[in-house]
Amino acid sequence: MIKRLIVLLLMLVLGTIFWQLLSAYQPDTELNLTGRYYADHTADDLGAANVVTAIIVTYRGLDTLGEVTVLFLSAAIVGLVLASGRQGEKQRQQLTPVGELLTIGMRLLVPLFMLLGVYIFVNGHLTPGGGFQGGAVIASGVLLTLLVDPVKHFSHRLIAIIESLSGFFYVSLGAMGLLLAGGFLDNRILPLGELGHLFSAGAIPLIYSLIGLKVGAEFSSMLIDFSETEAP
Amino acid sequence: MNSMITIMTLVLALATIVVALVSIRTKQLPVAILAAGLVGLFASVLFIILAAPDVAMTQAAIGSGLTTFLFFFVLGRVRGMGKNDAEEGEFD
Repeated sequence: MIKRLIVLLLMLVLGTIFWQLLSAYQPDTELNLTGRYYADHTADDLGAANVVTAIIVTYRGLDTLGEVTVLFLSAAIVGLVLASGRQGEKQRQQLTPVGELLTIGMRLLVPLFMLLGVYIFVNGHLTPGGGFQGGAVIASGVLLTLLVDPVKHFSHRLIAIIESLSGFFYVSLGAMGLLLAGGFLDNRILPLGELGHLFSAGAIPLIYSLIGLKVGAEFSSMLIDFSETEAP
Repeated sequence: MNSMITIMTLVLALATIVVALVSIRTKQLPVAILAAGLVGLFASVLFIILAAPDVAMTQAAIGSGLTTFLFFFVLGRVRGMGKNDAEEGEFD
């Protein structure tokens, strides 16, 4: 009874707060100072057609590096926690076979998934999406493979190499911005090119591709770790 | 045009709430997982209406794609464990 009363009271308080927020809300008629700066200067300064990507990779590049680090940390911790339960060779007979539909669908879809993921992060500076989205799409391709064949062997070494190399080159490109251009993660170390073309926006496509590979490798390694862990 | 977008937003918001409630209240776990994935999908459509396609893509790929698959994966694992436990119980 008292519990319900407290919940009701809490909801009432929350409702009042949200109502006050909502009633005081007025949509902005123009961009605020920072937003206007980004909207006005991105195309000229950085040569990226997608302003969001320019903000994520260059203006707020340090935040993105932090995000990638957090993701790496969580993948490493998942691997560390699950490493103790890793099984050797699981018998194939134990598993119930998945349907033909899923098997054929996997063979058809996984290459397309990979292609879409690569497309998303390579075109991150032109179209919506980028490294994180593309990496997640690649990881869903890996997940589909795992759904069809849970004992399929993926090379952990290969994934680790892809992951570390892309992380290393990401930070190296950032440091090169420090030496050759305006600052850490500045994209103007390469020629900006023509706005809207694939090879434009300086280092942004390179950096976003590296982020995509890194994120895809991290998600995939997490999923493979889950799959390889023996049920206790 | 503008009022149509408002109506669509309202319908999507209501559907999100309904699906979220279904996800909480239902007794069947697969239905709950699918409903949770649907919440993410509706949210990503809302993001598109709010002109944020980048966020919408992240939400669709991770929020409603990977998470749903992962939940099913874990559900299958947990169910397998439950079965094993039951079999062991029979042998006892």
